[in-house]
Amino acid sequence: MSGLFLFEQALNGLQFGLMLFLLAAGLTLVFGIMDTINLAHGSLYMLGAYIAATIAQATGSFVMAVPLALIATAVIGMLLELAVLRRLYTRDHMSQVLATFALILIANDSVRMIWGPQPISLNPPAALSGPIDLFPGMTYSSYRLAIIVVGLAVAALLYLLVTRTRTGMLVRAGASNREMATAMGTNIKLLFTCVFGFGAALCALAGAMLGPILAVQVGMGEDILILAFVVIVIGGIGSIRGALVGSLLVGLVDTMGRTFLPMILREVFSPQVASNAGPALASILIYVLMAAVLFWKPQGLFPARG
Amino acid sequence: MQRALTLAALALAIAFPMAAVPLDLDFYIGFASRVMIYAIAATSLNLILGYGGMVSFGHAAFFGTGAYVVAIAMTHGIDSLWVSWPLAMLVSGIVALGIGAISLRTRGVYFIMITLAFAQMMFFVFIGLKAYGGEEGLNMPHRSVIGLGLNLKNDATFYYVVLTVLVATLYLLRRLIDARFGRVVEAIRENEARMETIGFSTYRYKLTCFVIAGMVCGLAGALIANQTRYVNPNLMHWIVSGDMMIMIILGGLGYRFGGVLGAIVMLVLDEAISPYTTYSKIVIGFVLLAVVLFAPRGLAGLFDRKRVRAGGGHG
Repeated sequence: MSGLFLFEQALNGLQFGLMLFLLAAGLTLVFGIMDTINLAHGSLYMLGAYIAATIAQATGSFVMAVPLALIATAVIGMLLELAVLRRLYTRDHMSQVLATFALILIANDSVRMIWGPQPISLNPPAALSGPIDLFPGMTYSSYRLAIIVVGLAVAALLYLLVTRTRTGMLVRAGASNREMATAMGTNIKLLFTCVFGFGAALCALAGAMLGPILAVQVGMGEDILILAFVVIVIGGIGSIRGALVGSLLVGLVDTMGRTFLPMILREVFSPQVASNAGPALASILIYVLMAAVLFWKPQGLFPARG
Repeated sequence: MQRALTLAALALAIAFPMAAVPLDLDFYIGFASRVMIYAIAATSLNLILGYGGMVSFGHAAFFGTGAYVVAIAMTHGIDSLWVSWPLAMLVSGIVALGIGAISLRTRGVYFIMITLAFAQMMFFVFIGLKAYGGEEGLNMPHRSVIGLGLNLKNDATFYYVVLTVLVATLYLLRRLIDARFGRVVEAIRENEARMETIGFSTYRYKLTCFVIAGMVCGLAGALIANQTRYVNPNLMHWIVSGDMMIMIILGGLGYRFGGVLGAIVMLVLDEAISPYTTYSKIVIGFVLLAVVLFAPRGLAGLFDRKRVRAGGGHG
């Protein structure tokens, strides 16, 4: 097993982790400041991917499709907040789970009505379709590299936004003590709507960027939503830093596990055992990680509230 | 009043297969069995969610486990109901013990997510288990063997077995809730700190409750495997957990017949809409949204104006 291969897998893990971060960041913010579980977060991711694919097909330009999909999804997200989510903030978590679960059912069937049951294709821009030489002897998909760059840029931007701006301060204030923030005169309703729309835009970005790699299809949001949940549970709900660390951990462990666990099993046990148990073991690795984290730190790695 | 209604419903359920054959409704015997199986599963979830206040979002894990135990036992030549069904309950109980022991260390939203994640983990384990069909699942050559001169291949016989299990489950639930155990569990839902302070080991009570619910749900899984004679990982997909939650929310959380009512409403609604449109889920979605927003106590709550229940709560 060469070091280059290891490096390539690590990059893939980083790429996946950063995209998970885009989803987890929105989810953790919504949870942190509104104390609300939003299962429909994955549906916004799906909508973002579908809208991006539609615009890309119509205009032929991926670069134009992404920002437009971001805006459209943010608007959908804000409308959703005004119409449904707003009524759920004061309700118990189970009502939130059920209402947003209902939104998933509605979103999935709506997408099926509009775009049909078949997956649709979203092609990366031509300039990024080939491999690129990272350094002599190492080529890597230029599109995946672009995802890493975008992911890092957004993560940095988000960090600055949350830690260095007035809006970010309000968001943090809301996350650590909602009542106090309201008492100090923060327009919490407006803040909620904006954060929700912002989270939706991040979803759309993840959906549009991952669209060319994964399939754009109904149900794409659910699988990644669970991963995003695992991420924020590991990181500590409400914490952006926790979401980043959790995403990278999950991205790396999942990607590396899928590649290397069957290899390791093959060395230790028979090939038959490896091919039987390898995929199953690899896919539960992140859940084992989560269970381990929760066993020792039931509030996650970076608890947002004391 | 309620007693009379219960007896009338039971009489109707007993008479149904006998009336169905002359009325040419045989198809609905199988459908009714399916409704009752989901009613058992939803009732078991009601025990932890409605009475115990533990918002478990991974209940399908036990449903699938029970189903797989019966199917896997059959591939190894164990097809007696008297062996494989208790085995299904036992294994589901052990799985529930493991999941519960870790999950119950957490609270609130963490509990919701960790139960969800554990169920997904089970889902992926069975997708990866190539020896038992992987993603394709397992076919069962026949239903479990009951002996006693009966054959479950007959849909009416199977229906009565399912009905017996459902009645037994509801009876168990009632005895459990009326007993000291049930009082303690409900009190923990209302105020865990208080119960802990006056000396109850709340963790043990919650875990016991969780394991009982897991075992009953495992039995429902054993039934569904027999009903369809086919198991696959989708039985433990998180959408199934969500469906079970929808059922008890529709039916009424913490009401003895909440699970039954919810299973009937949900599956009948699905069955009634699906001939007209392939988009039946969107209708269920809107109904659920309306119930959550405007009738938070479920359908049983609509008929019951006297009793005010806290219901749900923060895990």
